[in-house]
Amino acid sequence: MTAYILKRLISLIPVLFGLSIVVFLVMAMIPGDPATAILGSYATPENVERINRDLGLDKPLIEQYFVWIGNVLQGDLGRSFALNRPVIDEVLERFQATLILAGVSLVLCSIVGLLAGVVSAVRQYGWVDRTITFAVLAGISMPSFWLGLILILLFAVEWRLLPASGMYAIYGGGDLRDLLLHLILPAATLSVVAAGIIARLTRAAMLEVLRQDYIRTARAKGVPERRVIWRHTFRAALVSVIPVIGVQAGFVLGGAVYIETVFQWPGVGAMLVKAISTRDILLVQGGVLVVAASYVLFNLAADVLQTMLDPRIRT
Amino acid sequence: MKRLFQCVALSATLLLAGFPATAQTPPNVLIVGQIAEPKSLDPHAVTATNDFRILVNLYDGLVRFKDGTLEIEPALAENWEISEDGKTYTFSLRQGVTFHDGSEFNAAAVKFNFDRMLREDHPFHDTGPFPLAFNFSTIDAVEVVDDYTVVFKLSEPFAPFLSNLAYPTGLIVSPTAVEEHGKDFGRNPSGTGPFKFAEWQSNQLVAAERNEAYWDGAPTLEAVVFRPIADANTRVAEMMAGGIDVMVEVPPDNLAAFRGDPNLQVHEQAGPHVWFAILNTSEGPFADKRVRQAANLAINKEVLVNNVLQGTATVAAGPIPPAFNWVESQVEPYPYDPERAKQLLTEAGEANPKVTFYVTEGGSGMLNPVTMGTAIQADLQAVGFDVAIESYEWNTFLGKVNEGLKGKADMAEMAWMTNDPDTVPYLTLRTEASPDNGGFNSGYYSNPEVDDLLAKARKATDQAERGMLYAKVQEIVHEDAPWLFVANWVQNAVTTANVQNFKLQPSFLLHLKDVTK
Repeated sequence: MTAYILKRLISLIPVLFGLSIVVFLVMAMIPGDPATAILGSYATPENVERINRDLGLDKPLIEQYFVWIGNVLQGDLGRSFALNRPVIDEVLERFQATLILAGVSLVLCSIVGLLAGVVSAVRQYGWVDRTITFAVLAGISMPSFWLGLILILLFAVEWRLLPASGMYAIYGGGDLRDLLLHLILPAATLSVVAAGIIARLTRAAMLEVLRQDYIRTARAKGVPERRVIWRHTFRAALVSVIPVIGVQAGFVLGGAVYIETVFQWPGVGAMLVKAISTRDILLVQGGVLVVAASYVLFNLAADVLQTMLDPRIRT
Repeated sequence: MKRLFQCVALSATLLLAGFPATAQTPPNVLIVGQIAEPKSLDPHAVTATNDFRILVNLYDGLVRFKDGTLEIEPALAENWEISEDGKTYTFSLRQGVTFHDGSEFNAAAVKFNFDRMLREDHPFHDTGPFPLAFNFSTIDAVEVVDDYTVVFKLSEPFAPFLSNLAYPTGLIVSPTAVEEHGKDFGRNPSGTGPFKFAEWQSNQLVAAERNEAYWDGAPTLEAVVFRPIADANTRVAEMMAGGIDVMVEVPPDNLAAFRGDPNLQVHEQAGPHVWFAILNTSEGPFADKRVRQAANLAINKEVLVNNVLQGTATVAAGPIPPAFNWVESQVEPYPYDPERAKQLLTEAGEANPKVTFYVTEGGSGMLNPVTMGTAIQADLQAVGFDVAIESYEWNTFLGKVNEGLKGKADMAEMAWMTNDPDTVPYLTLRTEASPDNGGFNSGYYSNPEVDDLLAKARKATDQAERGMLYAKVQEIVHEDAPWLFVANWVQNAVTTANVQNFKLQPSFLLHLKDVTK
């Protein structure tokens, strides 16, 4: 097991390396440059050249990349042009926020999705199943940024129950309760689609297992229904759902881009949006690096979990 | 399972009931909803109005704009003298002023500020880049005469010099703090302003507290907090939820709703902004003045400012915004006259000119560029133009437009905000300012008379004389129509009813010293 995890971790290195080249090339290819972004309507060729010289962007692209990668290997991710601060500081600070949001959302969508899927499968074609199927369809179809705004309007503006945006209260906040209150709306919004997908798959997987002979045998033997569902069926169904939850981790991280913007959550997603629009290439690199690494790690965790649940995969 | 549900439901109820989360801003602390996180709190390193709104509360300049005007009054300099030839400015500095870090404000500090920006051999020049340093490119040398006298030597007479000093690029930073923090000064700012920097939480807030020792009287507010809320809808929601006291740049569509709310106050102020479309005067249909005038007559600008922009702008008459009230221009905007436009097109032998129109998706000062672009397209089509829109993201757009429209497009949207009537025409309408020469004259407009007037106005230090010269520029450019003159933005802000003495300035700066809550 340890060897397997180590192998997977080592395979992360070429992935990140390749990704950094792609990001670098894409950022170089899209029109506009950091100097233009900084100068806005004052971007004369002369001013652009002056800023580029100050930023060290007047060197050839290849040289810039190797300077950057050389620094990265020594643990220096460089300095953000747009924020004028070390990339590592900004990324770590932001990543914490994203991790909290994405982590909680992932747990939330897993719990809701799995429960809904199981209940739906057990009560197949009953009104509970129909209601859940409808809710799932609605959840999957709803654009999350729109849902986020509606939730803000209801919970923050109309009923004044929850804060509209941000991660902590401006004054007198900063503790766990404050964080949780701020987390409810964005986490709920972010979970909706993923929960829907997980619910659908869980329902399908459960129905598939429920048709197996060994379930009929278990029932015939007089095993209590609750035990048949949770012990015999759910556990077997979970094996095929877990990797999907791993994939949803990517979805949640990606979705965080919108959600963080709508809820002004100080995470990596909102940071990347801004970094791309200001052509802040080093900050984009730093952000993509941690997002990609965490995606791979989430998937690895899902795979490990699956191995633990399914004795057939265990070696 | 059921028990688990009950447990979760119960704790959630307790959480919500026990600790009501309704947003209430703390007393005597003003929370300002901004449109973005500042890039830096080093006034010499930034270009955005959004950042300026914070900076003018942390720093002072040698001079500043008088309340409610674009006229200059003393600030850190008590008075000044301009030499006969307009090339030497001698400032007497205010005594006994200290920076927030405790160091003293004096002539050496002033020299440090401008040398850092302008001299590549300055030991702290690498704390830049300083994108707007070219505002001071006419400075040859800054000399310290004594502790409280400083002399600026200019290479040529340059009338906008004082208003450039009043602009945020002229704010004075503490040399001690720059020396201590180096490149990180932008996150550890120190000035002489009415509020001193307290903390910056990335993408969450910038807080500043009252400077008890402020030379011009300490503010009443205990602190101000600037919150970046990038999404306009979220910003509106925060305002309605009571999470912020002040919201700047209210989207036009929300303004009407705020106006009717007795708990809120809407503030509006015209400023030196102009929204226009550059016309390519070097080739294609717009090379003919009659076609350019026809385009100006074809646009229903009243509908644009009143319906598309919901009254958040006024109709523009020429390149110089009316906010410069000392420029006494009689020029009226082009009327909406589609019949006359068609007639002009026929006269020019261009009944159905085909034009390409660059539209941006958003950008600083661009208001509502996509809707405005399509409205302009529809008006132009109505008189016979055949308009193809190409739209680009702001950075890409700037890259394409700033290198000139030649061979690519016939018109392009653009907007400028300035502090002096010199800036925009000087950078965008002179023959010399063509993109090949590093200027912004992307439509290649050229009129020797305008070149001449601008050169003269730049050298004249008498404001009345300058006012007359710019009025003449306004008149000629209006007639030549190298742009579609569209709108002058009226900036807006909303505050809660208990915020008092809040005022927007024509300079687009946001002074919070006298605000109470």
